[in-house]
Amino acid sequence: MTEIIQKVKNLSIGFKSKKGEEILILRNITTNIKKGETVGIVGESGSGKSTLALAMMGYVKHGLYTIGGECEFNSSNLLKMKNRDLEKIRGRKIAMIPQNAGQALTPNLKIGYQIDEALQLHSDLKEEEREQKISELLNKVRLPSPETIALRYPHELSGGQQQRVAVAMALAGTPDLLLLDEPTTGLDVTTQAHVLELLNFIAKDTGTSMVYVSHDLGAIAQVSDRIIVMYSGEIVLEGPSRDILKKPIHPYTYGLLKSIPKLSLAGLPQSMPGSQPQPGTMHRGCSFFDRCDFSEEKCKNNSPQLEYLKELNTSVRCFNHKSLMNDSHVNQTVNKIKTSFLDKEILNLSEVSISYAKQKILDQVLNRISDDNPTVKDININIKKGETIALVGESGSGKSTILKSIAGLLRTKEGIIKFDQDRNLSSDLKERDPNDLRIIQLIFQNPDESLNPNHTVEEIIAQPLKLYFGLKGEELKKNIIDLLEKVRLGEFYTSRYPRQLSGGEKQRVAVARAFAAKPDIILCDEVTSALDVSVQAAVLNLLQQLKEDFGTTYIFVSHDLAVVRAISDRVAVLYQGRLCEVGPSKDVYKFPSHPYTEVLLGAVLEPDPDIKPKLVAEDIVEEKPPQKGCSFQGRCSRILGDICKNEVPPWQITNNGNSIRCHIPLEELQKDQIN
Amino acid sequence: MLFLIIKRILLGLITLFIVSLITFVGTEILPGDACTTYLERQAFGEQLEACYRRLGLNVPAYERYVSWAVNAIQGDFGYSLSGEMPIKEVLGPRIKNSLVLASAAIFIGIPIALILGIVTALWRDKLPDVAISTVTIFAMTIPEFISATLLILIIAIWLEWLPGIVIVPTDVSFLELLPNIILPVIAIAMIMTAHMARMVRSSVIQVMASEYVQMAILKGVPYWKMVFKHVLPNALLPAINVVALTIAWLLGGVVVTEVVFNYPGLGRLVIESISNRDLPTVQALAIILASIYVSINLLADLMTLMLNPRLKTLQIRK
Repeated sequence: MTEIIQKVKNLSIGFKSKKGEEILILRNITTNIKKGETVGIVGESGSGKSTLALAMMGYVKHGLYTIGGECEFNSSNLLKMKNRDLEKIRGRKIAMIPQNAGQALTPNLKIGYQIDEALQLHSDLKEEEREQKISELLNKVRLPSPETIALRYPHELSGGQQQRVAVAMALAGTPDLLLLDEPTTGLDVTTQAHVLELLNFIAKDTGTSMVYVSHDLGAIAQVSDRIIVMYSGEIVLEGPSRDILKKPIHPYTYGLLKSIPKLSLAGLPQSMPGSQPQPGTMHRGCSFFDRCDFSEEKCKNNSPQLEYLKELNTSVRCFNHKSLMNDSHVNQTVNKIKTSFLDKEILNLSEVSISYAKQKILDQVLNRISDDNPTVKDININIKKGETIALVGESGSGKSTILKSIAGLLRTKEGIIKFDQDRNLSSDLKERDPNDLRIIQLIFQNPDESLNPNHTVEEIIAQPLKLYFGLKGEELKKNIIDLLEKVRLGEFYTSRYPRQLSGGEKQRVAVARAFAAKPDIILCDEVTSALDVSVQAAVLNLLQQLKEDFGTTYIFVSHDLAVVRAISDRVAVLYQGRLCEVGPSKDVYKFPSHPYTEVLLGAVLEPDPDIKPKLVAEDIVEEKPPQKGCSFQGRCSRILGDICKNEVPPWQITNNGNSIRCHIPLEELQKDQIN
Repeated sequence: MLFLIIKRILLGLITLFIVSLITFVGTEILPGDACTTYLERQAFGEQLEACYRRLGLNVPAYERYVSWAVNAIQGDFGYSLSGEMPIKEVLGPRIKNSLVLASAAIFIGIPIALILGIVTALWRDKLPDVAISTVTIFAMTIPEFISATLLILIIAIWLEWLPGIVIVPTDVSFLELLPNIILPVIAIAMIMTAHMARMVRSSVIQVMASEYVQMAILKGVPYWKMVFKHVLPNALLPAINVVALTIAWLLGGVVVTEVVFNYPGLGRLVIESISNRDLPTVQALAIILASIYVSINLLADLMTLMLNPRLKTLQIRK
């Protein structure tokens, strides 16, 4: 049997509520981390997964305290250790790779110094040797020109580079155990795939044990040998990663896997009802009882214990796991979406360019924008009434910029945005009349920021109704309640404030507010990115239902290509503010023809250990679109030569109706897909 | 970077120009002028005319503004009415006196404020924090004229440790002057220090809660090294601007305190020249105080720019 390096025994961590009650964040956690293995801890926000990872370093956040149990490392309990002794373990024996490297690197210290600090603390190397070592470490995490990187400040690096620096810093002390707290969340898909590949390489290369904490089953599937699933502070399932992903024997994991949209499946995933209980609200019985499809009477009042099944080498916390055991292949059923769009054009973008360049005084006088290399250029899209078109691309691809222009928050530099064939919407917000404003509504990514915290749900939804339709009194009230019911929130929500709602409920209120204006077009800007997967599925289903009821057109922006696959009829792929490919989703996903689409789709992580991402291009970050030629020339692995550098590629149209912007002949682009 | 500095300096100069214009127009609009004030009841006929000619008040206002401004730039603010001395000569010693007072307050106040702020932040919610915070909040709320009067009452009158008002001429040696200015310096420094300490405290607390400090702890950086390397540089940077504002704000405190302690500085000169309707002097004082204000803020902006790597490179890249 392999050596155990970290033992967590009956660990409970919590805080005291204002009433003096003890509220548990972690409840009686027991698990072991073995030498050389990678353990994935997965759970939704609030499940206690990060608290557990931090406890494994003997760190408990301000305001929380250990109620019982221990974290044993080298046969001493880290949670009882003095700070002076912990300093010798942290960074040397156990190292952390944080979620957001951009925030976790000290802004006033150079990269080189921050790595050197770890070396000074945890090794006996002399100054020249340390310098050598810094270069080695930066090389190992595959950062270009280590010498110059070491002299930079954190903010001068891109997100992917910052994350690599954090990895290098963690490796400086040659730790036995690496804790990774959502290390790739917030990175672009291609960067994420590259960082994961690097982590896999390091795990193999150094034999370090890793604990990988994430909400993303796709990322967990790529790295872990064993998976721990957490739900409201408890371990509900623990076992070998393949078994858990393919045959989950706990209803929560089962539901979670079913609610994740997959690239290979068009249509909306099934959602899990409800949401995870808040800490302190659980009383008796199984914490998953309310949301469980398999629950029985006994689950209501008795909490199941974590039961070890020897034949599966799996621990599970469920009375009914046996019934799931026989029938738990995740045969994903999806709700097929109805494509019911009319052949009538509702919005037309032609030759649209948008620039963020600051206007010089002369330009202001002449009321023009002069910028020969605008952020977004040459956008031509026809949007049909009732369709859902998705704009995809990495950060910096200009997808949100285009939404802002359609909404009127940003004026276009050139080109025309036309609504319903006759109304010109190229103008600024100030120049639009109220009806032009009404027909286009926005739903934002983060409902915490888009809903006024001082307004009740009633006031939030009443605003568009009063503004556009002048409703008052009884009629207003009736309309509000109608809308709330449409988004599956009851009448009793009217008097609540946003802070009293869960993330999913808040986003439903935001959806209701958008629909209150009876718009023709709704712009959805990363609407599910801030939500947990089980809630995301529910919001996607709701959006689809409302669209079918009202015949609304959606312009959907998301970095999550699987979500886009699930909900969109048509997809437009953008790189550096230029269109690469536009076509029906089913064709673009099945036969990604443009080299960039291929890169993008290849990097998507699926919650399946057998599907590995394909890394085609480097994940370099370009700050500006190239002055001339193809926008993707800098990263394209199939670049032809000077023609790509000098000439803007022409549009080519495939048999399926995909439009592709590339110099490579269509036959050749399509031939490669077959191989 | 250079462009930015020049831009800031230009903006400062424009501010000063506007201030000078406002004070000039203000003194023009006020009923009466230097001559009517000076001549009092004899302000009519020949005598008034002669006075106007002597002080150059017989030319149109804009011409007077221009010639005044040109002279002011060269440091010549014209003649003070009371005493008929060049304002330059009146101002000189007064500026020096106020400078002694203000700089003493600043040099004592800033280090104390930093130490108190850092100590309260690091021992947050523990005894040192509770004790110091109570005192600082108390000190913040008492206006100078009350704290100054109380200081005189307790230390000068009851305990008889130090003189209550400044009685020696200010050109005596520093050692002789010292006991006289201790109380005014304390009175000025108190509010300022308390304010700054609160600012530093909240800034340090904010940085202590940041992810990069958590990261430094998890990296195994010893506590004090973490405080000095990771916390303080980042916490004190935003404090620079606050300190500048507090110093500029201290000018007001100097005026009040000087009057209470009968200290011959700029502040008392402001009060004196206003009550004497000595308009040229008021004008000169307004410009000088505005210049101090503008240059302190300019200095703070430049310092932030120099010390913040983020701003520095941003500017270079553009």
